[in-house]
Amino acid sequence: MDQGRSHRIRRRLLSLAHFIGLFLAMSLICLPGLWVVLNSFRPTVEIMAKPPVWIPTELNLDHYRAMFGGIGEGGVPVLTYFLNSLVISLTSTVIALLVGMAGGYAFARYRIPGKGAIFVTLMVTRAVPGVALSLPLFILFGRLGIIDTHFGMILVYVALNVPSTIWLIDGFFRQVPKELAEAAEIDGCTRWQAFWKVEFPVARAGIASAGIFAFLTSWNEYALASQLTRSLNSKTMPVGLMDFTSQFTLNWGGMCALAVLMIIPALLLTFLVQKHLIAGLTFGGVKG
Amino acid sequence: MYRLRLPPWLVLLTPAFVVLLMVIAIPLVLSFYSSFTAFQLTRPETITRWNGSFNYKKALSDVYFWSAFGRTLLLVTVALNLEMLLGLGLALMVAKVTRGQRLLRTMMMFPMMFSPILVGFQFKFIFNDNVGLLNNALQSLGLTDIAIPWLVDGHLAFIAIVTAEVWTSTSVFAILILAGLFAIPQDPVEAARVDGCTPWQTFRYVTLPFLMPFIYIAMAIRSLDVARAYDIVQVMTAGGPARRTELLWTLIGRTGYVDARMGYANAMGYIAILLSIVFTVYFFRKLTTARTSLGMGD
Repeated sequence: MDQGRSHRIRRRLLSLAHFIGLFLAMSLICLPGLWVVLNSFRPTVEIMAKPPVWIPTELNLDHYRAMFGGIGEGGVPVLTYFLNSLVISLTSTVIALLVGMAGGYAFARYRIPGKGAIFVTLMVTRAVPGVALSLPLFILFGRLGIIDTHFGMILVYVALNVPSTIWLIDGFFRQVPKELAEAAEIDGCTRWQAFWKVEFPVARAGIASAGIFAFLTSWNEYALASQLTRSLNSKTMPVGLMDFTSQFTLNWGGMCALAVLMIIPALLLTFLVQKHLIAGLTFGGVKG
Repeated sequence: MYRLRLPPWLVLLTPAFVVLLMVIAIPLVLSFYSSFTAFQLTRPETITRWNGSFNYKKALSDVYFWSAFGRTLLLVTVALNLEMLLGLGLALMVAKVTRGQRLLRTMMMFPMMFSPILVGFQFKFIFNDNVGLLNNALQSLGLTDIAIPWLVDGHLAFIAIVTAEVWTSTSVFAILILAGLFAIPQDPVEAARVDGCTPWQTFRYVTLPFLMPFIYIAMAIRSLDVARAYDIVQVMTAGGPARRTELLWTLIGRTGYVDARMGYANAMGYIAILLSIVFTVYFFRKLTTARTSLGMGD
């Protein structure tokens, strides 16, 4: 009897500790981000106040208004940046998925000489940071005349995303039994039909998770975009953040407002596909 | 009519090869060539001035290069271990939750949506000695009344950078480990419980070995990312003050673009990439062994 009670107390304490731990962890994860959101609504005087103002006395949309306003009033061409980012990220994600699906399917279904070596080489391309590529790419793209174009940026982001896309999708196609496609072919499908009607639907979750990673990479990339985009033609939002800095000062409130605009689409997309994300990583990454 | 027949896998892989050749391989060959020349960004004609392995010898005897190298190595070690432990803890806690888990998982991934450049600015502000969130909080709580120079002191700045890295990327470990926790077959876990294992023993000898492949994948991905860390550090401290937080790529970026010594910068870049490759191969080996021991190998 006594033992049962102390057991119960222990269990309750454990679940309390679990709750507190989870709460603390989530606060640490979310607070720095929410702080950015909060600052985008506060007047600059209050953000910079010393002693600090902890409870906001005034919330307004001034930073947003200024951002969307004319050039003279501290406005930045956010809408153009947003559209550039959206076009470049979405197009490059779709192309990277198509290229990655072809590559991943090849790795999963055919005997390829030197498969392991090709695979590691693909991954090693990830070791090269944007700073190292930006100058040679600038020279190369300059010769080809595709600097400061959507096409150039899309090409770059497809290349950045293809290795990890192939990696994730390959693991996923391997989960689909070969017999399934073979059965479809016996039933009169062509190989192409068998792929779209049988194998593709089964591997959809893996493709979704590869897609979200590709999108986030392109959406957030800075080092290459800052060198290869010059004007409103192709400047993306991460590069646009720099418009809020000048040599010695930094318009923090305005920067936060643009940051919020950057986060919302990413948040929406992640929330929509996050169920697939977990499943995709499970199969794609590890069992592959 | 004669028709060239390529093996189907080659046809399928061709688009990938073409894109990677254009954007990664050709630039790399260009910069590899220039690492053997005295190429200066401000004088384009210097790209033809061959000086053999001079740049490499210079890098290998450069004190600044080696201290940046050591600091990068330290950052990779500290950040990766912290992220692994925190990610494991987070994943275990989230996996236990039954209601509202979908929301928690999305919250968990919140930092991943922040652009590295934004994370840099964000933590630059949090750690600002005058108006930063952290010092304000410490002072309001009465823990200190001095302005702690977070981004000025070398050691403190290193801590600040580690914090920023850990904040953005613990979720990578957390989701991968969470994915692993969902995939664990329940039979061995129950068998261990029936056999009288304590929860700790079950975790240590059944759950953890199963999670190892997931952890190694996260390690492989993140070691590459941290070894090429640039955006966050560049914004927070730019390697300064006085090179106290210099990492490999901030040093390389500055040598190439600010000092305009591109040939020398590229030589250092190649040594840095070699370091990353060593990490990747190491974790890939670990991954393969862990997979084989679980019977999931090829």
